[in-house]
Amino acid sequence: MAGKAKTGAAAKKDGANLPFLYQHYDHETLRGALRKMYLIRRFEEGAEESYMRGLIHGTMHLSIGQEASAMGICLGLTDDDQITSTHRGHGHSIAKGADVSRMFAEFFGKTTGYCRGRGGSMHIADVTKGNLGANGIVAGGIPIAVGAALTAKKMKNGKVVVSFFGDGANNEGAFHEALNMASIWKLPVVFVCENNGYGMSTSVARATAVKNIADRAAAYAMPGEIVDGNSVADVAAAAHRAIERARNGEGPSLIECKTYRYRGHSKSDRNRYRTKEEIEEWMTQRDPIEHFEEELQEFGVIDLAGIEAIREDVAKEIAAGIEFAKESPMPDVANLEKYVYTEQA
Amino acid sequence: MDAQVETASRELSYAQAIQEAMAIAMERDERVFLMGEDIGVYGGAFQVTGDLVERFGTDRVMDTPISELGGAGVAVGAAVTGTRPIFEFQFSDFATLAMEQIVNQAAKMRYMLGGAVSVPVVMRFPAGSGTGAAAQHSQSLEAWLGHVPGLKVIQPATPHDVKGMLLAAVEDPDPVMIFEHKLLYKMKGEVPEGYYTVPIGKAEVRRQGADLTIVATSIMVHKALDAAEQLAAEGIDVEVVDLRTVRPMDRETIIESVRKTSRLMCVYEGVKTLGVGAEISAMIAESEAFDYLDAPIVRLGGAETPIPYNPELEKATVPQVDGIVKAARDLAKGAR
Ligand SMILES: Cc1ncc(C[n+]2csc(CCOP(=O)(O)OP(=O)(O)O)c2C)c(N)n1
Ligand SMILES: [Mg+2]
Repeated sequence: MAGKAKTGAAAKKDGANLPFLYQHYDHETLRGALRKMYLIRRFEEGAEESYMRGLIHGTMHLSIGQEASAMGICLGLTDDDQITSTHRGHGHSIAKGADVSRMFAEFFGKTTGYCRGRGGSMHIADVTKGNLGANGIVAGGIPIAVGAALTAKKMKNGKVVVSFFGDGANNEGAFHEALNMASIWKLPVVFVCENNGYGMSTSVARATAVKNIADRAAAYAMPGEIVDGNSVADVAAAAHRAIERARNGEGPSLIECKTYRYRGHSKSDRNRYRTKEEIEEWMTQRDPIEHFEEELQEFGVIDLAGIEAIREDVAKEIAAGIEFAKESPMPDVANLEKYVYTEQA
Repeated sequence: MDAQVETASRELSYAQAIQEAMAIAMERDERVFLMGEDIGVYGGAFQVTGDLVERFGTDRVMDTPISELGGAGVAVGAAVTGTRPIFEFQFSDFATLAMEQIVNQAAKMRYMLGGAVSVPVVMRFPAGSGTGAAAQHSQSLEAWLGHVPGLKVIQPATPHDVKGMLLAAVEDPDPVMIFEHKLLYKMKGEVPEGYYTVPIGKAEVRRQGADLTIVATSIMVHKALDAAEQLAAEGIDVEVVDLRTVRPMDRETIIESVRKTSRLMCVYEGVKTLGVGAEISAMIAESEAFDYLDAPIVRLGGAETPIPYNPELEKATVPQVDGIVKAARDLAKGAR
């Protein structure tokens, strides 16, 4: 999403006490951000329901509750900037501009899906919008983001790359090796850890030697910032700083978004490692969409009728997306070996 | 044959049989412990460890961080120095992250040190396709590890065998890699109570037959048996050999079977080219059994592609019963 920034006088006129997000982006962009957060949530609810009804097979990892980090980060990126995503990547994909119809089609295994039915939920990608792909391998996307940033530097194309990953990923060697290289070569990359408290069943406290993932940044001589991952405003402000720094050739940063996933890890989670109360508290007290709506209303960006209109609009887009997916054709088994290698004339 | 007389038995699933084997191993030997991602309170991604953490505690059922290379290496180091770790990979695909420790360290340490140490580590790999988990969670990599001297690589196909072979693996002084097909976890079968072992390195004839030999691995054993039933109705008598161990391979049982039937087909899920079937075929071609063959050897293996997500495509990447029936019929009739 290329957030539209206010320019010159318009930017200055607004209250200087407003949070960065509300000073920097115009109202239309902010309403668009809310709409996308709804799109993410309803997309995942729709995917979950389709899964329950046996229309989608395999498994999926839902990011419901984590929409603010995907949105807050992607707000600062242009369509040319790139991201690498994770197994919990539907939000990143939508925030970066993917079309939910083609995402649903992928989940339904159809030829019209982003991966032509080959990838499914865990490999969702929209390369045209700069999403280099979700990843089935924890931390698998982190070095790839660094490679994309190396290209950006070599080609001097001005692109910035964001690597999304979870708290669990910070204990893979790939994370450490990638951060080190990004730092020594001053690459235009932003590492975004979505710390939802758990890697599957294992809490950060049990899996990670340092208290915060952002503490790791010091070891690789880059800034490490902790933000409330459920606040679009906080995430967007940190993202802006890190993206500017990357674009100016000053090197990488690490942002840790503290957040929470409402659903189980995947479709086979008995939720034995956390309490109902903990889940309840996040869902009722800290919901990122509710929080954003309150702010938007407080700052006069939208009213209740406007919110209702967004909800209805999103519901229509989701229903149409599912319909599109259902009606799309299945891949032909004769093409099984297509895409293994590049076809050459 | 099994090392001990089998007593009472009852039905268990393949996953339950593994769990029981690990519990017995821990009860019998206090040096045995389990390591892996989410094997504690979560019970393992496939519920194989289940509630073992409640029985044995977190010191013996250790959740690791998401650190396959380090975790496998820690297991190797612990094994070399006097313990008996059983390390669970959440998916066999993640062996790729730990190849360094498996291939360069675990497999070679004893040899490089001139026999001064042993590496009695067991690694468990939930493997195979059929769950809609796509390219990075569905692979069959047993041939990769089977290529490495110093490792033992097994693929038990039944609840009975997985329990006995796991208990044999824990006692084995060398590193044993167990590939467990995910679609087998829920399969039920008779499993003797208590302790027993099934030897590593011995294939098993699952069905006697006169017309052709199918050597199959893991879940393909069951598909081959189904195919054999269908072919029996047509008057084609198939012998099914369950390979059970990829390395060291049981040459005698396969040669013996081919001597009897004069026709050989290999069925395995891993990618066909350079796979387990290539080794079986080459082994027969090099042996005296070559003279017994009345027809060229046939291999049915995985397609030359990553595993796709779409269920129809996914099915098409691995041998299915229909394909086995057809290929076996052609082979038995001598048609090519
Ligand atoms: C290399 C690797 N190891 C293990 C897994 C299995 N797995 C998938 S997601 C996951 C937890 C990841 O936790 P985190 O990075 O915190 O992301 P979250 O799921 O919380 O979004 C695990 C263990 C995997 N996919 N890849
Ligand atoms: Mg997490």
